[in-house]
Amino acid sequence: MSVVTVQLGQCGNQVGHELFDLTCSDAYSGCVFCLYGTTAYLFLSFCWSELVARAILVDMEPKVINQCICRASRSGMWRYGDTSYFSQKQGSGNNWANGFCVLGPRHRDEVEELVRREVERCDRLAGLMAIMSVAGGTGSGVGTYVTRCLRDIFPKSFILNHLTWPYGTGEVHRVIITILLTLAHLYQLSDAILVHENDTVHRICSQLLNIKHISFSDVNRVIAHQLGSVLQPTLTADSDGVYGRNPIGELVSALTCHPEYKLLSVSTIPQMPSSSIAYSTFSWPGLLKHLRQMLISNSKMEEGIDWQVQLPGASGRTRSLIAPSFNTSLANLLILRGKDVYSAETGGFEDPALYTSWLSSEEAFNMWKSPVPFNKYEKSATLVSNSQALLRPLDNMVGKAWNMFASRAYIHQYIKFGISEEDFLDSFTSLEQVISSYSQLS
Amino acid sequence: MTQSVVVQVGQCGNQVGCRFWDLALREHAHVNKKGVYDEALSSFFRNDLWNEDRGGVKEQCNIRAGLIIAYLNPQAVLVDMEEGVVNEILQGPLREVFDSTQLLTDVSGSGNNWAVGHMTYGSAYREQIVDKLRKAAEHCDCLQCFFLIHSMGGGTGSGLGTRVLGLLEEEFPEVCRIVTSIYPSAEDDVITSPYNSILAMRELTEHADCVLPVENQSLVDIVNKIKQMSHIGKPGSVIKTDSSVISGQGGLSGAEKPFDAMNNIVANLLLNITSSARFEGSLNMDLNEIAMNLVPFPRLHYLVPSLTPLYTLADVSVPTRRLDQMFSDAFSKDHQLIRADPKHSLYLACALMVRGNVQVSDLRRNIERLKPSLPFVSWNQEGWKTGLCSVPPVGHSHSLLALANNTCVKPTFIELRERFTKLYRKKAHLHHYLHVDGMEQEFFSEAVSSLDSLIEEYNQLDATKGRLVPDAPRLDIAR
Repeated sequence: MSVVTVQLGQCGNQVGHELFDLTCSDAYSGCVFCLYGTTAYLFLSFCWSELVARAILVDMEPKVINQCICRASRSGMWRYGDTSYFSQKQGSGNNWANGFCVLGPRHRDEVEELVRREVERCDRLAGLMAIMSVAGGTGSGVGTYVTRCLRDIFPKSFILNHLTWPYGTGEVHRVIITILLTLAHLYQLSDAILVHENDTVHRICSQLLNIKHISFSDVNRVIAHQLGSVLQPTLTADSDGVYGRNPIGELVSALTCHPEYKLLSVSTIPQMPSSSIAYSTFSWPGLLKHLRQMLISNSKMEEGIDWQVQLPGASGRTRSLIAPSFNTSLANLLILRGKDVYSAETGGFEDPALYTSWLSSEEAFNMWKSPVPFNKYEKSATLVSNSQALLRPLDNMVGKAWNMFASRAYIHQYIKFGISEEDFLDSFTSLEQVISSYSQLS
Repeated sequence: MTQSVVVQVGQCGNQVGCRFWDLALREHAHVNKKGVYDEALSSFFRNDLWNEDRGGVKEQCNIRAGLIIAYLNPQAVLVDMEEGVVNEILQGPLREVFDSTQLLTDVSGSGNNWAVGHMTYGSAYREQIVDKLRKAAEHCDCLQCFFLIHSMGGGTGSGLGTRVLGLLEEEFPEVCRIVTSIYPSAEDDVITSPYNSILAMRELTEHADCVLPVENQSLVDIVNKIKQMSHIGKPGSVIKTDSSVISGQGGLSGAEKPFDAMNNIVANLLLNITSSARFEGSLNMDLNEIAMNLVPFPRLHYLVPSLTPLYTLADVSVPTRRLDQMFSDAFSKDHQLIRADPKHSLYLACALMVRGNVQVSDLRRNIERLKPSLPFVSWNQEGWKTGLCSVPPVGHSHSLLALANNTCVKPTFIELRERFTKLYRKKAHLHHYLHVDGMEQEFFSEAVSSLDSLIEEYNQLDATKGRLVPDAPRLDIAR
């Protein structure tokens, strides 16, 4: 079974490229490759003794795609397909409406043809993954349109959208409207939406990885590391003792059991500069304890965790007014990789107090394991969580977008391309509904 | 790769345009050492194998098109109603670069009269202008943007220039129109410049996508500042020779002509705006993204430019402190290209285009640092658009262009209106305009009311400054 990846826009292409690069180098390191056997070909195919990514690169301007393709070929380990890309000469101008209403439909046939060709090369399609930013013009506008086309052509396949959420400051506020429209539309089309926030990843780079001058490659590499630790092969409950071949499907069935709740966030532990890894020792109890508290206090890094946030006691679910409220989850997926993985004690994640009342903790908690270490970390744990983690950014975003809509700022740029005020109101309504659902988890 | 076409109208427009092409050639020569016609060049230049004006013979067959540069032909249309300036260009070192089909000239000029430029010449040359524009556009694979360079105070630049703008909107409605307008200073030598400017303003408000206003007085101040710096003679303050934003050294022209220093600044402005579209970088910013992000309301599209650094000191290597200084300078009123103080007015949005070896963390750190001192409108508190291009300009290791959609343009417009009123009240020089076929008194009153409503819109936004605007009540979802 294979997964076809669609990389959309500048961000999507840059992140996707780092992901494939990491997957290959991790698979090659220490001859671990042979252990995975054919399941490594989930994301890549073997073609004339070369690894070719099962990916399609889409962008409205050619510079980034050219860069990605060149860098991949130069790595010597893998490359992109020779004709698996689509680009135009001129970008979308950061305009969601331009991407969604004009450029998407205009180039629909060509992009669909590329996807179909790639899917036909798979013996069996395990799902589609679309990587994009939620703030640009192409990634978000054309990306949403392409997701809609994918949903039309493959109504029964799993579609996972990976979104990069822009920096909270230092980005134009018009970005807020783009995020609003993208999320509102994707919610109806996608099976699961995995979000990485630039701010969080930036902090990981500066505080955990000690990078002084952070560039976008550093940020993308961290995102690729977190995504890779989810998608590399594991032994799951359904995989019957062999490495699972359906990561997206199992992810979706584990975490997004309810159509109102599709927003997923990822945290990984440990994360440190590669020079320090050799000098550190890891223990499963320590890692898991930190990861659990990161989940409860909604912190994405193992530094600066708020240990004050606690689950309510067994006596009742009443929360004291003084203690900070904790992050309620709908479902969690814990992925453990590395030495002694079978001895890891994960009972802390099965506590019913972590989860919402209408889903039992046996169903809400899932675990995947692999004895193979990932990306040079002797032991690593990743938590993919469907929880209230994204509630606050989402709420802030909708609030700001509503203020802008009320003053009609930038609206003329969208109306020019065919998005009406009705469409805006529909998007607001569906996102307010999502916010309300997530708030009611606790 | 997208292409842009530059349309230069009038004496000022053509002189600035000439400096622009000179500096563009210099910049590309600096980056493109192998003489190969690459994508970056294709955004402004065509690679011609043969040119009718230069002998009309097909060049040697061993020059393969697309590989080696044979003849670089700029994508430009040069319009002037008197021959002096264009002839000078054609006799200067850039003569081999332009060909005759790109030029449109007449003999007698517009007499500093907007109506003559707009109505008389506008109608007479309409077909030819549209023809030349079409030819230039057809040569482009993917035309993204028209750059119009003109002055507001004269007759041709202001009148015919705005007529060309209207034609661009009619014939090429989807192509972005970015206009660089040189506004007259108070001591302008043209007496009727207020009339010309106000009449042209209306066209700019209606037909342009973005306007980059530049005031002559600010350019003079900047030039003086640089000259002063180079004459101080302190040991640590020697300016590196070809690094200042006014220098044309390394370009084609030999001796510097009087307005060259000022025109070089505007030329550098255009080069920096297009840098991300031409060269690669980690965060690309295309030209159509500028209008999209910086123009929240269609009529308020006046973006105040500021360029830093103005020069690089010759001896010191650049510590990070210098980088932060560059960001602070971009918001100081000495570096703005119109006489305005954006820090004390309200920002609607701001774009920062950085060139050179600057990382996203430096950018964010500086935005965080400067944000508290810059007042933004309430619904756009984070109104920053950023672009990172990895190729620095010639002579610098990095540079920053800031484009601010800020209410500080209001005083400039109000002053322009006052100068206009002083003349209009006395009906001075009005008969020159009214004698022109097609020109009526209503044009004046409509132009003034257009400017008044523009000022009023800025006023309304200013009124919200500092006031705590309550959040609009959100939609309520039934539980």
